[in-house]
Amino acid sequence: MRILPVGDTAFSVEFAETLSEAANARVMALNAVLGDLPGIVETVPSFRALLVVFDPLLTRFAPLAEAVAGLAEGLVEAPSVTGKHHRIKIRYDGPDLPAVAQACGLTLTQVIDAHAGCTYRVHMLGFMPGFAYMAELPPVLRLPRRAEPRLKVPAGSLAMADAMTAIYPWDSPGGWHLIGSADVVLFDQARALPALFAPGDTVAFEAV
Amino acid sequence: MAALHILRPGLFTTLQDLGRVGFRDLGVPPAGALDPVGLRLANALVGNAPGEGALELSYVGPTLRVEGGNIRIALTGPVAARRLRDGEVAVLDSNRSHLLLPGDVLELGAASGATLAVEGGFGLSPVLGSLATYTRAGLGPLGGRALAAGDVLPLNRPAVERGEKALAAPFDYGSGPLRVIAGPQDDHFTPEALQTLVSAEYRVGKDADRMGLRLEGPVLGHAKPPGIASDGLVAGCIQVPGNGAPILLLADHQTVGGYAKIATVISADLPRAGRSLPGDVLCFRRVGMEEAEAARADLERRVAAAIAAMAETRDGLDLAALYNANLVSGMVAGGEDEG
Repeated sequence: MRILPVGDTAFSVEFAETLSEAANARVMALNAVLGDLPGIVETVPSFRALLVVFDPLLTRFAPLAEAVAGLAEGLVEAPSVTGKHHRIKIRYDGPDLPAVAQACGLTLTQVIDAHAGCTYRVHMLGFMPGFAYMAELPPVLRLPRRAEPRLKVPAGSLAMADAMTAIYPWDSPGGWHLIGSADVVLFDQARALPALFAPGDTVAFEAV
Repeated sequence: MAALHILRPGLFTTLQDLGRVGFRDLGVPPAGALDPVGLRLANALVGNAPGEGALELSYVGPTLRVEGGNIRIALTGPVAARRLRDGEVAVLDSNRSHLLLPGDVLELGAASGATLAVEGGFGLSPVLGSLATYTRAGLGPLGGRALAAGDVLPLNRPAVERGEKALAAPFDYGSGPLRVIAGPQDDHFTPEALQTLVSAEYRVGKDADRMGLRLEGPVLGHAKPPGIASDGLVAGCIQVPGNGAPILLLADHQTVGGYAKIATVISADLPRAGRSLPGDVLCFRRVGMEEAEAARADLERRVAAAIAAMAETRDGLDLAALYNANLVSGMVAGGEDEG
C-alpha cells in the first residue's frame, strides 16, 4: 500500500498496480471505515486505489494521510464488503456478438453461456454517471478494446473489454465490444439513490 | 416575479456554483465554476452566500431582458457589458454590482472566465444538491444544458434598496507558472518528462472546454505503458495519453481515468487555470506540499480581504475613474501569455 498526493486537495491510497479482486476488496473495506475522519469531502473507489478528496482549509495532507494509512494498515483481513445483488435481464443481441465469438473461438451460445454464467462484482463507477465497471469476465472472453471506438454506443448496450463488463447509461462514444442490451435505468437524478449499481454490489445477467 | 429573460444565449452560458459534492463515487463530476474566486466575489458584491448559483460566461455572453421587478447583478472577470434603457446605452463595468430595472436589456459581449451573479440568487431547484451544470449527462437546472434563447430564469426575490458595491481593485490571480505537485504517477514517465513539463511552454489547444485543456508543446515520454488501471481524478490533474500530449483536467473532468497523471496543479492556481483561453501559453513550476498549502492559505486570505474591502457607493457614481487604470493594466498583464 502506498499513498500518493494528487495535488493539495486529494491523495490516492494505492493497494496494487493492476486490477485484482483482492485489491478492490481492500479499497472497499478502507472506504467503509473512513467516514469519521474530519476534513474528508468525498472518496472515489476504483479497481485498486481509493481517492480521498479533502478540504485543505479543514485539514492538511500529512496528518490526514497518516491517519488513513493507519486505517489501511489495520485492514489485515480485508472484510468483503457486500452490497446489493442485482439480476439484470439481457437480450444477447449486440452487433459485436459474432465477432466476439469468432475471436474467442466459441459459438454464439457458448459466449452467452460464459457471460451469463458468472456473477460479477461492481469494482467502481465512473466514465459517466452510473457507469459501473463489473469484473471479472471469464478468461475465455477477455479481448482488448476495439481498435476503432464507436462514436455512438446506444444507451442500454451491454459491453465487454479486457476483464470488465458494463452497461452504458447513455448514448456515448465507446470502444468496448457490444454483446447485448438491457432495459434498465442506470442513473436517475430524481431517485433517492441515483445510481442503480454501487461499488461492492454483485450482478448476475439472465439471457431473455 | 423578477426574472431574466434570455434573448440571446451567448456561446456557452451555464449555471454554476461551487460544485456538486458527494456523488463522485457514482461517476458524477463536481462541475461548478471554472473560476470559483470570480464566483465568490460576484456573489459577495450582491450580498449572497459564496456558493450561490450564478451564470458562467464563455467567449460571448448572453443578452438578457429584466422582467417583473428590479434586479441587482454583479459582474466579475473580463466581460464587455452594455445596458440598454429607454433607448440609451450605458457601458457597465465589471467587478461591481449594478441595479437593473424592468425593461432593461443587458448585452454581454466578449467574455472569458466571467461571472454574472444576481442578488438573492436564481429561483431554480438544485439537482443532486447543486445548481452546477454538467452538460454531458444533462445534470443541473434547465435539464443540465447551456442557456437557450427564450429561457426565463426566475430570481428568488427582487433587489432591495441599497447602494452598489465594487471591488477596491481587480482581483490579482497571480502570474507566472502554474504550480504543480508531482504525481500521482510521475514514476510512470521518463526522468526527463517532469523536467520538460516544468521548463517548456505549452499552448492551450483550440478544443479547450470545461472538461479540460489539451496542451500543445513538447511531448512527455512514458517509461511504462501509458494506460493504468483507471483511478480517481481531480481538477488540476495533468494526464498524459500515449501520444505524450498532456491534458489539464478542469471541473467537468471524468471521475476516473486510465492515463497516467504526471503532476497536479495546486488548488491556489486552479482558478487562474480555469480562466485560460485557447492560444494562451501555460508554464508550470514544481512545488512541494508545504508551498501548495501556504499558497492556498494566501489565496483565501486575499479573497477575504477583497470582500472586506468592497466599497459601497451610491448608484450612478462612475467607478471607472476609481480603478479603470488598474483594470487595464491588469488585463495587459494577464494577456502577456497570449503571444
